[in-house]
Amino acid sequence: MKTLYWLVKREFWEHRGGFFWAPVITGVVFLILNLMGIVAGEMFGLHHGITIGYSPHGDNSIAAMIESIKANHMQDVGSTLDVVMLSSSFLISVVFSFVVFFYCLGALYDDRRDRSFLFWKSLPISDSATVISKVITATLAAPVVAVVSGVLTGIAMLLMFAIALSFHGVSVWSLLMLAHPVQVTATLIGSIPMYLIWALPTVGWLMFCSAWAKSKPFLWAVIVPVGVGIVISWFNVLGSMDVQNTWYWRNVFVRSLFSVFPGGWFHIAAEHQFGPDAQPTAQNIADFFSLSNSYAALASPNVWIGAVLGLAMLAGAIWFRRWRDDS
Amino acid sequence: MNAVVTANGLSKRYKNAIALDNVSFDIQPGRIVGLIGPNGAGKTTALKAILGLTDFQGRLDVLGLDPRSQRDKLMEEVCFIADVAVLPRWIRVREAIDFVANVHPRFNRAKCEAFLARTKLTPDMRVRQMSKGMIVQLHLALVMAIDAKLLVLDEPTLGLDILYRKQFYQSLLEEYFDDNKTIIVTTHQVEEIEHILTDLMFIRDGKIVLNTDMEAMGDRFAEVMVSADMAATARQLNPLDERQVFGKSIFLFDGVDHSRLQTLGEVRRPSVSDLFVATMKGTYA
Repeated sequence: MKTLYWLVKREFWEHRGGFFWAPVITGVVFLILNLMGIVAGEMFGLHHGITIGYSPHGDNSIAAMIESIKANHMQDVGSTLDVVMLSSSFLISVVFSFVVFFYCLGALYDDRRDRSFLFWKSLPISDSATVISKVITATLAAPVVAVVSGVLTGIAMLLMFAIALSFHGVSVWSLLMLAHPVQVTATLIGSIPMYLIWALPTVGWLMFCSAWAKSKPFLWAVIVPVGVGIVISWFNVLGSMDVQNTWYWRNVFVRSLFSVFPGGWFHIAAEHQFGPDAQPTAQNIADFFSLSNSYAALASPNVWIGAVLGLAMLAGAIWFRRWRDDS
Repeated sequence: MNAVVTANGLSKRYKNAIALDNVSFDIQPGRIVGLIGPNGAGKTTALKAILGLTDFQGRLDVLGLDPRSQRDKLMEEVCFIADVAVLPRWIRVREAIDFVANVHPRFNRAKCEAFLARTKLTPDMRVRQMSKGMIVQLHLALVMAIDAKLLVLDEPTLGLDILYRKQFYQSLLEEYFDDNKTIIVTTHQVEEIEHILTDLMFIRDGKIVLNTDMEAMGDRFAEVMVSADMAATARQLNPLDERQVFGKSIFLFDGVDHSRLQTLGEVRRPSVSDLFVATMKGTYA
């Protein structure tokens, strides 16, 4: 356990920029852009003598919010605020996904390229511990950092809006009480185990390529699934083979390369929860991102088959890590 | 005492070359063994096999363990420096010490820090800011603080200046080596390690062509400086090698009685590098 802890710590030392600074900087940039938006909105209102608030999220203007309060749709206001808070996490999670993608690709390759794996291999650390520590870093430790910076950014943004609104005499503090920051935070943190299960096929595939490739793991990781897809599509065009190519692209290609993007499981979960003709209201959206909806995806075999295949590929990665002879 | 390394019929074949060809040897504890051979002779492959970094045919026993199946356990007792500059470039001195201290059960932090105190390295320094010589100092400090039974060094001083090279071997001898430890070292700078070796192994084309301890080497081989008039007599004794210096001939003999050689001229113990050159004649031809 102690070794594993230090191995994860080592990954953070090495990838401080990607795992820590990237989400923090994204959060700060997000806040600055919103601040600029608020200031621009205020100036616009000042110049035109009208007090229409500005929000970067399109239709959720202050006026609309006040309207809904008047209409006693308190519930909607709270949900809207939750979505506002989630939006910062959304942006950070996009950045985070790219970081994790390239981290996995380099995890078992970069140290072979610069030969520093010889140093790591001179220590009494098993190859399985090494690979497991990298999986933990990518699917548990890094998401925690991303969630924390997402939540902090989200709270900062709520406060920013609150202060801006208070200039208009809107009693925002009571309005803010309608939001559910604790619940949103709990949802995000609670989603991390789901993320681990969901991301396994991509993490497994990328790390497998990373451990196996003699050079250019990125090319292999992308070319193999794309190549297979093209061949299947080609046979389909010829009509000589009845292979579902949309099935392939959706269930193999996307799952092996893009499952590091969090929330991918929602489209599976949605089939269980909502009918096709549900109206997209704020309440709906907040419900959509709820934990119970997240874990509803576990009912789908897609998730489990992907996870098992991911684990198998990680076992392959451990084997290659052990025996890849680089001379 | 049990041998530290026992190899029996060790073979390793790459796609188009034989790196090790049915090699057998053993290494006793408390020795410093020089594994010396031309480029591509199989030195690194032999070391990799001992360290469990590569697969092979035959039997190999290191400290009673099979490096293929029991590598994780083996690495608690075995340390290696494979080439210079294999420390990760992003790591800081402080981080390297912390990490090794927490994953290696036989690491002595105080010893490591004491050694580093005598260098110009500071805790916040990153490997990428260091010169090659400083990287080796850090690596050596980490390795010397580990109480391992076997230390394997593969070209540990390649590309270092002479000050660092001397310091490296001196530290190793004075502060690390003792009767319970064994060191295997490969290098091309034979002259510099000659005086610290207790055993010598020459490897050529995947075969061990000479395996002797230094004392026996002095008994078996002899270098004689012969004046021109005696040269013909000397040649009849089948010298390994002959070269001319200042109008005299220097002959290298293998297994010729020393008292007989003394009648030819001044008898000396050959240097390892001269012996190496004579043994490897025609390697690249």
